[in-house]
Amino acid sequence: MCGIVGLFLKNPKLEPQLGTLLADMLKTMTDRGPDSAGFAVYGSDGTGVKLTLRGPDAKTLAGAVSGLEAALGGVVGATARDTHTVIALEADQETAARDWLSANAPGIDVVSAGKRMEIYKETGLPENVAKRFDLSKMTGTHGIGHTRMATESAVTTNGAHPFSTGLDECLVHNGSLSNHNDMRRRLQHEGITFATKNDTEVAAGYLSWRMREGASLKDALESSLTDLDGFFTFVVGTETGFAVVRDPIACKPAVMAETDDYVAFGSEYRALIGLPGIDKARVFEPEPARVYAWERQTGERH
Amino acid sequence: MAENAKGPRTAPRYSATFTPEVMSEIRRAAATGIYDIRGAGAKRKLPHFDDLLFLGASISRYPLEGYRERCSTEVVLGSRFAKKPIHLKTPITIAGMSFGSLSANAKEALGRGATIAGTSTTTGDGGMTPEERGHSKTLVYQYLPSRYGMNPDDLRRADAIEVVIGQGAKPGGGGMLLGQKITERVAGMRCLPAGVDQRSACRHPDWTGPDDLEIKIGELREVTEWEKPIYVKVGASRPYYDTALAAKAGADVVVLDGMQGGTAATQDVFIEHVGLPTLAAIRPAVQALRDLGLHRKVQLIVSGGIRSGADVAKVLALGADAVAIGTAALIALGDNDPRWEEEYQALGTTAGAYDDWHEGKDPAGITTQDPELMKRLDPELAGRRLANYLAVMTLEAQTIARACGKSHLHNLEPEDLVALTIEAAAMAQVPLAGTSWVPGQTGL
Amino acid sequence: MPVYDLRSAGLRDLNRQLHALRPDTNETHWTVQNPDGAHAIAAGLDAPVTVEIEGNVGYYCAGMNKLANVVIHGSAGTGVAENMMSGFVHVKGDVSQSAGATSHGGMLVVDGNAGARCGISMKGIDILVKGSIGHMSAFMAQAGTLTVLGDAGEALGDSLYEARLYVRGSVKSLGADCIEKEMRDEHREQLFAKLKAAGLAGEVDPSEFRRYGSARTLYHFHVDNAGAY
Repeated sequence: MCGIVGLFLKNPKLEPQLGTLLADMLKTMTDRGPDSAGFAVYGSDGTGVKLTLRGPDAKTLAGAVSGLEAALGGVVGATARDTHTVIALEADQETAARDWLSANAPGIDVVSAGKRMEIYKETGLPENVAKRFDLSKMTGTHGIGHTRMATESAVTTNGAHPFSTGLDECLVHNGSLSNHNDMRRRLQHEGITFATKNDTEVAAGYLSWRMREGASLKDALESSLTDLDGFFTFVVGTETGFAVVRDPIACKPAVMAETDDYVAFGSEYRALIGLPGIDKARVFEPEPARVYAWERQTGERH
Repeated sequence: MAENAKGPRTAPRYSATFTPEVMSEIRRAAATGIYDIRGAGAKRKLPHFDDLLFLGASISRYPLEGYRERCSTEVVLGSRFAKKPIHLKTPITIAGMSFGSLSANAKEALGRGATIAGTSTTTGDGGMTPEERGHSKTLVYQYLPSRYGMNPDDLRRADAIEVVIGQGAKPGGGGMLLGQKITERVAGMRCLPAGVDQRSACRHPDWTGPDDLEIKIGELREVTEWEKPIYVKVGASRPYYDTALAAKAGADVVVLDGMQGGTAATQDVFIEHVGLPTLAAIRPAVQALRDLGLHRKVQLIVSGGIRSGADVAKVLALGADAVAIGTAALIALGDNDPRWEEEYQALGTTAGAYDDWHEGKDPAGITTQDPELMKRLDPELAGRRLANYLAVMTLEAQTIARACGKSHLHNLEPEDLVALTIEAAAMAQVPLAGTSWVPGQTGL
Repeated sequence: MPVYDLRSAGLRDLNRQLHALRPDTNETHWTVQNPDGAHAIAAGLDAPVTVEIEGNVGYYCAGMNKLANVVIHGSAGTGVAENMMSGFVHVKGDVSQSAGATSHGGMLVVDGNAGARCGISMKGIDILVKGSIGHMSAFMAQAGTLTVLGDAGEALGDSLYEARLYVRGSVKSLGADCIEKEMRDEHREQLFAKLKAAGLAGEVDPSEFRRYGSARTLYHFHVDNAGAY
């Protein structure tokens, strides 16, 4: 039960403002989700892979990062932001880095991995979470944010959204699933691991699994409409675009706005009012049980 | 029975699985093709307040003298955000019951009885009647998914607003009032054709989930100038989460209804197989409020099978601020009274077991819209009976509280209780009598 | 002609002032600026005044309205004019889900499109949508009219009671117990009156509409209809 915001830029001139715009959008959704907040930002193109690490505090995290550097035999490009640090690796170092972290750095979580995506999330009011990570200074092509009012699972950082679903892929959710426990067991049998009892993490795991089996993101979202029960609005980020789908009953709110410069998503229209040119935007509500997806340069495709 | 040449026959043996009641239900379903609809709450045996006992004072604790040493019973509901919270003399309130399911006389009697006792009564699905408003000093206005009879004037006339999300008899289900009771007046108030089955939705038409509930509560507060307490009523199923979310969404008061809580009409399968016993629901709800730092700031009203001052004292000791009674109030008015036994027999039932409230043929004139039957209930006399009963329950609760050394009912604590059964000990989270064992809490 | 800047002066004060208006007030025309998608703007009015809102509004704008004329120069969120008793609400843009939900009277006109559940459980209101409406519209609609110049989404009129539905465009599917019914003179007259009330007399031809109503098979439970429950 939550607020969702998303911003996908078509016009590169807006890229320096991505963080500022997203931070304002996130703050307006505080009433919908005062427990925790998080966001994914798709920044500049990198050559290797970026891992976003989260630790209990900055010091522990810094210790783990220097340990990792020593183990990998070289300097990893590390950018620390409060409880999170992004490390830039060569693509072939990812496995070794993950193995070292899980063996030697208990309490350090890999929040996300991707060429472009970084995920930050913490408990607390959305405005404070955005400030801690300096969201307003971030730049990029698109971003997704989430404010959470926890329903059945605990108010923890792990329970905050977005959830990573794979390389450069993340998911946020508003609603409440009703078959996620059985689905979690099924996915665990398929080798997907889970850190929480959160229903959204199951949805993320479901998409990861479907895509691992060869489905496209769009196919995975299509099949989620039959395989996941309950109420949901999902917003999904990928390296080059983002996608939206609502369950067939579609009770949970969703508003979208599109201009020549961007596509934006908000749980309520309030979240969109600060966007440039919003007065002239095409504002619409996504239809139930229909997958919407946007890709960089290519515009909307269904 | 003639004796067989082979010797005496074995005695007939009924199955414990296929009991006579089960077989009768199978035959009924096969004959009609309709699920069994009835009124009232769960009738099966459940762990309940009878399984708890109070530890009276002795040498380690000192009791209060009856009558002379005061044991307060007042309660304030809605002190969190409302400008005009409700002040009641007794923590025993009257639960929501609709005009339509009940006769106008019965609704009036509830208002009269509650007013004499210094407590509140509550409307139901179908709106507020002038008789009810006129005779109720403190009236809580229910705001339901169907919004039958929902009117902003009545909203402003109410003393508090109760957003109903569910009830204990059917958490997750909508209501139903069959055509027999949809008279012209009932139909008019609900904007329906007379005589049709009234189906009530299970979700509210313009919000779903706690984030949207918060916005709805905001609207209700705006419309009523932030004066009136906003209650949120849930059926007991996941009381920890539901109580926490109601509080997060901005409720002043959470009403928690266990599965023994009655209904005007619902599928028997729903009443008996969905939800939590009242006893099992209280501690998780109280814990949710404690975890949010809102215990006693957001008040908790518990209902579902409360019958006596002992039940009241036990509910309060487990952490609630007040209780609500429905079925017990109807019995006080005269429901299921043996004086109508002949007529109950004619309806194929017996006094004490009559629950076909949806058929509208109530011999006691309470759950009916039949003008002749309605006349049998004198609202003044019935109201007086209810007031007497409320007074007795309040005195009983005070008696127990004094014996436990409390000068206010709200000072009763879980530590004043022990349980007679392991089930009750686990659900109420109090020790099994004579032990220090709280199943699930202190080992094993 | 009070002009109220919601961004600087806040919602509570606006609604308090609007609620204090008596039937004979001289302040009959209000303008609300910078609504910024706020919720419950002009909810609970009870006076014959006009409130013009210059921009987009959030949930429950003009909710529970009586007597007032509320004009929204923008789009409206969930539950615009919900449980309206009387008066007139005109949205120049689009509306989100549950527009006019459970409303007893008055008229709601939407120039754009309406989302899902338009007119859910309506109890006497007249709703006119110039664009199209979303799925599950007029669910359990009890009384009143829903007129749609565009198309209707899935499951129109599911579990319908006595509300009348007039749709000019296509209907994606009908809900349980909702059927197309003959358009007789009395219906064309009723439809014309609603179009006229929305300022469309002479612009839209009533004969282009189809009428949908309740088959009334769910009015009394029968085992053969159990699949519809």
